[in-house]
Amino acid sequence: MDLFELDIKGIYKGLKEKQFSAVDVAKSYLDRIKSENKKVSAYVSVFEESAISQAKEADKRIKDKSALMLTGVPIAIKDNILVEGGKTTCSSRILEHYDAVYDATVVKKLKSESMVILGKTNLDEFAMGASTENSGFFPTKNPNDLKRVPGGSSGGSAAAVADNMCCCALGSDTGGSIRQPASFCGVVGLKPSYGAVSRYGLVAFASSLDQIGPLAKTIDDAEAVFYSICGRDKKDSTSVEYKASGSLPAKSLRIGVPKEYFVKGLDKEVEKIIKGAISKYESAGAKIIEISLPNSKYVIPAYYLICTSEASSNLARYDGIKYGLSKGKEGDLMDVYFKSREAGFGREVKRRIMLGTYALSAGYYDAFYLKAGKIRTLIKDDFKKAFEKVDVIFSPVAPTPAFNLGEKTSDPLAMYLEDIFTAPVNLAGLPGLSVPAGKIGDLPVGLQIIGDYFEEKKIFDVAKIIFGK
Amino acid sequence: MISKQDTEKVAKLARLGISDKEAGEFQKELSSVLNYFKMIDSADVSKSEPTFHSAEDFLNKSDILREDRAEAGSENVSQKIIDLSPDKKGRYLKVKAIL
Repeated sequence: MDLFELDIKGIYKGLKEKQFSAVDVAKSYLDRIKSENKKVSAYVSVFEESAISQAKEADKRIKDKSALMLTGVPIAIKDNILVEGGKTTCSSRILEHYDAVYDATVVKKLKSESMVILGKTNLDEFAMGASTENSGFFPTKNPNDLKRVPGGSSGGSAAAVADNMCCCALGSDTGGSIRQPASFCGVVGLKPSYGAVSRYGLVAFASSLDQIGPLAKTIDDAEAVFYSICGRDKKDSTSVEYKASGSLPAKSLRIGVPKEYFVKGLDKEVEKIIKGAISKYESAGAKIIEISLPNSKYVIPAYYLICTSEASSNLARYDGIKYGLSKGKEGDLMDVYFKSREAGFGREVKRRIMLGTYALSAGYYDAFYLKAGKIRTLIKDDFKKAFEKVDVIFSPVAPTPAFNLGEKTSDPLAMYLEDIFTAPVNLAGLPGLSVPAGKIGDLPVGLQIIGDYFEEKKIFDVAKIIFGK
Repeated sequence: MISKQDTEKVAKLARLGISDKEAGEFQKELSSVLNYFKMIDSADVSKSEPTFHSAEDFLNKSDILREDRAEAGSENVSQKIIDLSPDKKGRYLKVKAIL
């Protein structure tokens, strides 16, 4: 087995037993990136030099017996999370040359365990998209079929894990951006409960929805990375004191299946795989209970009104003055703003900023943004009622498997509908896990396991019942 | 559902420079999306308050604020921040005249 094929446990064991060094592991992954990345285009930047020096630090810790589970494990970081010493571009021309001035809190935590940061992965620009085709630089390909998308917006991270270009990765999820690419690429992806992981150092898209989370080869690996990054951070006042909660019920597990999700529009092959997974749990003794999430039809409009409104505010900082691309200096201040943003932002980003600006503008605020906020409460309450009767909720992750590059780029609405099963989980703030459940030909399909607030441990344990470690 | 004029107004509000051709294209795209969003009209939110923090019940509200006291950062971080600005003079960032 090549070193780049190992999972976290395999690396930990091998390092402990001195079968190889952290530098050996880092070099194996760096060589793998050199041979694979030109095909898959998962990485925006590779930190070869600093990765080797971090690996040497890891080897020192292993020698003096202060190594932890993640010490020496190579990880890739989505390029909207700040890692000091390199560029953080958000895959946007407006930040193409932006040097991160500090580490995100999650990165600080990983560095304190002497993980090895291999580089920054590609995303849909400013995390806006479901295919990574909106990257301002280049699209990432799905390693399972290079003519298809890896999903998005954390497509680079998902593809890197799936293609063994890293052992694990960090992504971010606002409406499905970890879970959907995890499903499309055949890896494990977790969106934690809102507030479980600090957003300090995550370039903000929609502040009430964004969460950083792990993508990994196994459920155990995703769990290990999650416990490393979660926790209250003074620098993120929306973060919560985290306590792993929720164990498997002593009696039979009650699995909720939303009836509104299994309707026209869900690919028949995806439906077969999801229903197959549910039957496996039933055979293992779980009780399958049909639940209703009656406000499901309002999810996409509510989600897109809220996230674009918040994005229009969050992206106002890109003004050509403090950092980033700057144009229009021959004119006046307005020219600097207009020309910098015109040149720096891609099409989808401009579209979403405009949608959000419109939804927040005088005369429309009540009908759009405020109403969407109230619908969000209805959606949250649907889940609350469901969790009175069930322990976890199972659903598809996306209505289709990975689609072809270019297939959905001409119709923004078609792309937005990809989020139909993942976005409600962000609106409610619940944790959601995507775990590979089957394949359609070469194309992986994930099962989504949704838990109650801060019950990440429960959803990991439930996943392991059928899908192993 | 949104006129070309309103599209241009919105782009101006958002400080986005768009060409006349782009204004026409964005008008079509935004109209199609906004038409679809109109379905929220049927939602009954008469008894609902809006949600802004989805896990608000778990937040320790006594630990959110901090003292309004500036904490000195490191000198080399300050310099890096200044270096990032496209237009500067000494330790000042240069901005076009407002008045």
